[in-house]
Amino acid sequence: MNIDLSAKDIVKKFGALTAVNNISFDVPKGSFFSILGPSGCGKTTLLRMIAGFDHPTSGSLKICGRDMLGIAPNKRPVNLVFQHLALFPMMNVSENIAFGLHRRGVDKQTIQKKVHEILERVGLPEYANKRIDQLSGGQKQRIAIARCLVLDPTVLLLDEPLGALDLKLREQMKVELKKLQSEVGTTFIYITHDQSEALVMSDSVAVMQNGVFEQIASPRELYAEPATSFVASFVGDNNTWSATVSGIENDCIAVETDSNLHFKTRSKDNVSIGQKVDLFLRPEAIVINPHDVSGLNLLQVTVKAVLFDGANSRLLTVTKAGRELTVSLPQNRQYDYIQKGDRISLGWSPESGICFKREE
Amino acid sequence: MIRSLPNPRWYKSGYSIFVACFFIFLFAPLLVTCVLAFNNSNFPSLPWYGATLDWFFANTPDRVGIFHDANNLRSIMTSIQTAFFVSILSVTVGTCAAFLFEQEDFRFKQQLYFIMLAPLVIPGVILGISLLLASNTAGMYFEDSFGLDVPLFRPGFWLVVVGQFSFITTFVTLLISARLKKFDRTLEEAALNLGATRFEVIWHITLRFLRPAIVSGLAVSFLMSFENFNTTLFLVGSEPTLPINLYLQVRDGSTPVINAISLLLMLGTSVFIAINLLASKKSAES
Amino acid sequence: MTAFTKKKSLLFWLFLAPVIGWLGLLIIIPHIDLLIMSLKAENDMGDLVWSTANYMEFFREPIYWVTFVRTALYSVITTVVTLMISFPIAFYIAKVASNKLRGAYVILLLLPFWVSELVRVYGWMILLRESGVLNFFLLKLGIITTPIEMLYNDATMIMGLVYSSMLFMVVPLISVMESLDDSLVEASFDLGGGVISTTWNIIIPHAKPGITSGCIVVFMLSLGNYLTPNLMGGKNSLWFTEQIYNQFIASFNWNQGAAFGFLLLLLSSLIIWFGLKVTKQTLGKVVA
Repeated sequence: MNIDLSAKDIVKKFGALTAVNNISFDVPKGSFFSILGPSGCGKTTLLRMIAGFDHPTSGSLKICGRDMLGIAPNKRPVNLVFQHLALFPMMNVSENIAFGLHRRGVDKQTIQKKVHEILERVGLPEYANKRIDQLSGGQKQRIAIARCLVLDPTVLLLDEPLGALDLKLREQMKVELKKLQSEVGTTFIYITHDQSEALVMSDSVAVMQNGVFEQIASPRELYAEPATSFVASFVGDNNTWSATVSGIENDCIAVETDSNLHFKTRSKDNVSIGQKVDLFLRPEAIVINPHDVSGLNLLQVTVKAVLFDGANSRLLTVTKAGRELTVSLPQNRQYDYIQKGDRISLGWSPESGICFKREE
Repeated sequence: MIRSLPNPRWYKSGYSIFVACFFIFLFAPLLVTCVLAFNNSNFPSLPWYGATLDWFFANTPDRVGIFHDANNLRSIMTSIQTAFFVSILSVTVGTCAAFLFEQEDFRFKQQLYFIMLAPLVIPGVILGISLLLASNTAGMYFEDSFGLDVPLFRPGFWLVVVGQFSFITTFVTLLISARLKKFDRTLEEAALNLGATRFEVIWHITLRFLRPAIVSGLAVSFLMSFENFNTTLFLVGSEPTLPINLYLQVRDGSTPVINAISLLLMLGTSVFIAINLLASKKSAES
Repeated sequence: MTAFTKKKSLLFWLFLAPVIGWLGLLIIIPHIDLLIMSLKAENDMGDLVWSTANYMEFFREPIYWVTFVRTALYSVITTVVTLMISFPIAFYIAKVASNKLRGAYVILLLLPFWVSELVRVYGWMILLRESGVLNFFLLKLGIITTPIEMLYNDATMIMGLVYSSMLFMVVPLISVMESLDDSLVEASFDLGGGVISTTWNIIIPHAKPGITSGCIVVFMLSLGNYLTPNLMGGKNSLWFTEQIYNQFIASFNWNQGAAFGFLLLLLSSLIIWFGLKVTKQTLGKVVA
C-alpha cells in the first residue's frame, strides 16, 4: 500500500497550551481520510501544519516519503480548501482556477484547457467568466475545490468546507464530494465536527479530542466498536448509564446501574468488581416488547413521547426511577399501536452494550 | 508574509528595519525641535551649550522666553478664541447637516450632499481667496448701496472664523453622520409612541446618543482650527493666529523661542487628545 | 397651524436653513465670485470690464504656466512617493505587526499630524539647513568637511511634501487592509503564490479603494500646499500657490489672482474626477 501522508509524533505547543499532542498516522494513497472532533480539539492546527502554515514543535511529517519540515506552504504538494473558501473576489471564476497554474509558469493554452476540463469535472462549464459574488453557496464550494484539484495535489485538505451551507445542500454536497473523490482518486484529508459528514464520506476516520487521536478506524468499526467512551458518546447517538461492576463471567460482566437496574454486557477495558463504569447502548439495539426473551437484558418503561421523524423515529421513555431512555422505532407499522403513556417492556442483548472505565 | 504565515527571517528583520526607519523619519524633526528648546544658545542649532529654561521663562534684553513674549502670547490667545468660535459653530451646523442628510428626504439631496463634500477636495488656499473676494464684494456693495461699513467683511478675526468654519463643518458633519447611521430609529418611534413630540425625541434620545460624536467633533474642529494655515493666510487682519505669526517669524529667521512654543504645542495637543481619547473610551463603556 | 402639524416640516426647515446658509454663502457664492472676478480686468480707462485678459496673461507669461505645470508634476511625484512608502507601512501595521502593538503603532502614526504643519516644517529646517543638526553630526563624524545646504532644493521640498501628507495615505490604506481576509493571502500561498505575486494579484486589487482615496487627498493637499514649498523649496522652486499669494498680497492684482486660483481649482477637480473615473468610484464613497 502506498502511503501519501505520514505523520510521526507530531506535537504543537502554543506557549503552555498543547494543541496537538503526539499524533501519528498514515494516510494511504487515494483514500478519503477524515479528522472528526469538537471545536478546539486541535484539528485545525493539525491541518495547518500539513498545509505548512504552522510548524510542529516536534515530530516529522512526510508526504510521499519526502520530509515536509521547513518547506514553505507554496512549495508543498498539498492544497487546502478553506473553511470560508477564500475565493479571490477580485478575480473571476477562471482566473481563480488559473491562479495556481500561473504561479507554476504553465503556458496560457494549457491553462485554458485545464481550467475548462476542471470546470466540466465539477459540472460548471459555463461559469468561467462569472464573478465570485454571482455564484451560489454550492457553486462557490465546487469552484474552491476545482481551484485546488486543477493543480493535481498529492493531498487535498478540506477545512470544514460544508459548514456554511444550509442543511439540504450539505446533504447533497456530501454525496457529490464522495463521488468526486472516487473519480479523481486524489487523497482527501477532511476535517469536520459533524459526525455524519465524516461517516458518510470517509474510508477512514480519526476521532480527535484534546490534541490526541482517540481512535482511527473505518466508519463502520467506529460506530460498532468505539475504542473509548469519548468516541462512543461523540459518534452516533447513545443511551448512557453510570454503573458499577458487580460480577465477571468469561467474556461478559454484570453491572448494577445507579438506578439499581441489573444488566449483563461486555467491557472494552479490563475491569474488576466494584469498578465504576459508563455503559453505552445504541437506541436501535433495543427491541420493543420482545417475544423471545432468553439471554436478553429486560426492563419496564413508560412512553413519555413518540418522536416521529420518518425513518429516524424514536420513542422517548422513562424507567421507574425516572431515567430517560431513547429507543428506535422501526417504521414497519409493527409498533403503530404504541401511544404516549403506554407501559412497554424493552430488551437488549448483552453484546450490544459496551462499557468503559469511568475516568475520574 | 502575514502574521499567520511562517515568515523567513530576512523578511521579518528587513521589514522591521524599514518600519523603524519610517518612524525615525516621522519623529526626527519633532524630537530635534523639542531638544533644542532647552539649548543654552541663541540659535536653534547644535553644538549643545548646556540646558536652560531661558526660552520659556527669561525676561532679559537678550532673551525673552515664551511666557514673557507678548506678541506670541497674543497670537496664542487669538488662536484659542478663533478655535472656540469655530468649534461651536461647526458642531452646531454640522449636527444639523448630519440630521438633514441622514434622516430627511428631499429633492436635490444628492446634489446638496455633493456640495457638502466639496470642501474636502478644494485646496485651502482657494477657499481663502474666494472668501476674501466674496466678502470684499459684499463689503463694497453694502458701502455703495447703504453707506454702511461692515467690519465683518474686512480681513480680520471674524472672517478667519468664517473661513475655517466653512470647511471644518464638512469634517464634523461626516463624523456625526457616521454615529447617526448607527442609531436605531425604532428608539425614536418608541419614544413617539410613548407620547413624546419630535423635538423631545431629538433632545432626549437622539442627541444623547450622539453625545460622544459631538464631543469628538468639538475636539477635532478645535484642533483643526488651531493649526490651520492655508485658508487663514488670506483672511487675517491685524490679529494673526499662532501658525501665521510663527510663519512670519520663521520666514525672517528663527530663535529658540519658536522651539519652546512648538514644544508647548506638542504637549498641549497630546494632553488634549489623551483627554479626548479617555473621554470617548469612557462614554463607549457606559 | 396646519403647516406646523404637518409631519417633519418645521424640523426639516430648521435643519435645512443653516446648511443652506453655510453651503450657499460660504461655498457656492464665493466660488462663483471667484470665477466672475477672474473674468474681469481693467481696461485702458481703469474700469473693470469683462475680459479674458487674466487667462491670456497666464499663457503669455512662461513663469506662470511653467510654475503651474511644475506644481502639477511635482504633486504627482509626491503622491507616487507617498504611496510607495505608505503601502508597506500600512501593510505592516495591519497585517504583520502583532495585534497588541497595532493600536500603539496607529497612535504613534497619528501623533505628529496633530501638531501644526508649521512646527513640522520648522523641525525639518533646523535639521537640514547649513547650520543644522544633520550637518553638525556629519561634520563631527568626519563624513564631510564643509557643511552642505540641504534645504532649498526640489528633492528636499518633495520630501517635505511627502512628510506633510503621509498620514492621509497611511490611514485609508490601513483601514482597507484590515478588511482583507487573512485566508485569501493564505490561499494564495497554498496555491503556490509568493510574496510578489500575492501582493500584485491579491493585496493591491483589494486595496484599490484605499489607494484611490489616499492618492486623491495627498495630491490635493500637495497641490494646495503653501508652507512647505515656501519654506523648504529654493528660489527656483516656485509653487503655484505662491503665485496666487503674490498676486493677492504683493501685486494686489486680485483679478489675476482669481484667474490663477480658478485654474488651480480646475486642475485639482479634473485630476480627482479622472482618478475616480479610472477606478470606477464615487466621491461620497471615497471620502466617507
